Amino acid sequence: MTKSAEEIEKHRFAPAPQQNGDNERIAKPQLSFSKDAWLRVRKNKGALISLVVLALVVLMAIIGPHLSPHDGYEQDVTRNNLAPRIQGLEKLGIFDGTQKIGGEEVNKYDDLNVDDYYWFGTDSLGRDLFTRTWLGTRVSLYIALLAAVIDMLIGVIYGLISGFRGGRVDNVMQRILEVLSGIPNLIVVILMLLILNPGILSITIAMVITGWIGMARVVRGQVLKLKDQEYILASRTLGAKNNRLLFKHLLPNLSGVIIINTMFTIPSAIFFEAFLSFIGIGLQAPEASLGTLISDGYKTFQFLPHLMVIPCIVICIILITCNLIGDGLRDAFDPKMRD
Amino acid sequence: MAKYITKRIIFLVITLFIIASVTFFLMKFLPGTPFQNEEKLSVEQREILNEKYGLDQPVPVQYANYMINIVKGDLGVSFQFDNQSVTHLLANRVGPSLQLGFQAMLIGTIIGVLLGVLAAMFQNTWIDYGSTFLAVFGKSIPSFVFAALLQFVIGVKLGWLPVASWDGFSSSIMPTIALAIFPIATAARFMRTELIDVLGSDYITLAKAKGNSRMEVSFKHAVRNALIPLITVLGPMAVGLMTGSMVVEQIFAIPGIGEQFVKSIQTNDFPIIMGTTLFFAFLLTVIILIIDILYGIIDPRIRLAGGDKS
Repeated sequence: MTKSAEEIEKHRFAPAPQQNGDNERIAKPQLSFSKDAWLRVRKNKGALISLVVLALVVLMAIIGPHLSPHDGYEQDVTRNNLAPRIQGLEKLGIFDGTQKIGGEEVNKYDDLNVDDYYWFGTDSLGRDLFTRTWLGTRVSLYIALLAAVIDMLIGVIYGLISGFRGGRVDNVMQRILEVLSGIPNLIVVILMLLILNPGILSITIAMVITGWIGMARVVRGQVLKLKDQEYILASRTLGAKNNRLLFKHLLPNLSGVIIINTMFTIPSAIFFEAFLSFIGIGLQAPEASLGTLISDGYKTFQFLPHLMVIPCIVICIILITCNLIGDGLRDAFDPKMRD
Repeated sequence: MAKYITKRIIFLVITLFIIASVTFFLMKFLPGTPFQNEEKLSVEQREILNEKYGLDQPVPVQYANYMINIVKGDLGVSFQFDNQSVTHLLANRVGPSLQLGFQAMLIGTIIGVLLGVLAAMFQNTWIDYGSTFLAVFGKSIPSFVFAALLQFVIGVKLGWLPVASWDGFSSSIMPTIALAIFPIATAARFMRTELIDVLGSDYITLAKAKGNSRMEVSFKHAVRNALIPLITVLGPMAVGLMTGSMVVEQIFAIPGIGEQFVKSIQTNDFPIIMGTTLFFAFLLTVIILIIDILYGIIDPRIRLAGGDKS
């Protein structure tokens, strides 16, 4: 049997605490999207090490050419094809400037009375390979970065418009994309380079022509998924204009996929540049990129392996670290992987 | 399904038409004429040559002729190789390229799938890490770097295999390995993610609950289902193989299409460049179309038409 309210004495009632927010208190500080991602990347040892290594390579690309006393363009045929020689290490019997010529161990430094140290040796025109390697790295990174940024801009804008407008605009834009993506990008790049003069800019342009398609697709897909969500509807109800929706609400939520995609564009651009140089339509001499160095080195590979091996190592380091960082970022940003 | 295939074929034709048109007009806009030692030719000789190759006609007529000839399968005449027809040149060189591509695709997929399966079954053990590292390595290393190193170590230093030639099976081993590294990496990565996904699904738990052994569950139930989506990566794989074939064929001196293409680029032999471009484009678009259709047939869960993949 229940007692009616009148039978319970008034003093038995106590007012509920006005502030019961304590129950809802979040014990740990809130994490922003980027902090959250960083925490995840930090757990990934491979990505972290790659980040450090890549940073070192970038640093060397910036300061490397100034470290060596030799100039990367200065030709001195009397000092050509020298093997690597490094101070300190030469006493250990490695990098002491000896090389095998016709099956005999020869030290060209002694024969030619060269006192200088060429850390990575010299090429067939007597240019310092150390300086040229880092100059080449600089050019390769520059091309890759430029291509990635332009790809990102075009792809994001195209994807945003296509996904956000929807309807007929989307339909037309998607058909264009379909036809464009049917063209193998290697072919476009090669055709473009045949009419443009090979140079840093034309290589970048050639790569950008089809490079943005992947980004546009991913962005459009995400926009289609996001634009019908409640928070967009709420913002729209509050009178937000399209611009605000796009830049304030959609773009930040797209940043994950954009970053991941860009991170994977960089190694593929570096690879493409090297590939083009290798088949002979990349940068022209005396300009050096990692691709041209490898391509030049390949010609004398059997006799002077260091000319090819060193740029190869650098390009492999860049490509592997970029891929590992990209993987790490993807795991960090991809909501499917959230634990 | 029929509607989807028709739509895709129409797109394929449009794509190829665009590529053919672009290549034609690019060829027209390029400076210089295609004849060697042009300055030595008299006006009459030049006129005769122009007439012979149809270069005296207005550009629209040339364009129409070019297009009609392509439909007929005639890709023009090479300027460098004693006026051989491009179709003939390509036909002679298709064999080695296809053989290498096929071998690399087959070996790459088999090894890649095995690596991926092992990595997924022994997740977070050294087998997994080793396989993942190999996959990243294979995906990152440019094929020409790998091919050149292979050639140097196995061909030159050790002398186990012919350095650069094309006679018999032994000379195809190194190029196949050099080309296969990319399919191996792609397949291994894909298989690992896919299999881990499948291994977590309910029917696998059921199969385990019924007392099937680990091997039985993995190979009878999981791997089969994980293999289906592998078809989707065959397209990118084919693209990668085509890119790789150009440099790998050049490095190992294989008389294939890729080697011809690179040589033509270096000698500015435009009819061959254009013809090969069209051929590559045709091959790739058809391969990708076949893969997409196959995927729809094999996996009924995939909704082909209209579905937005995001």
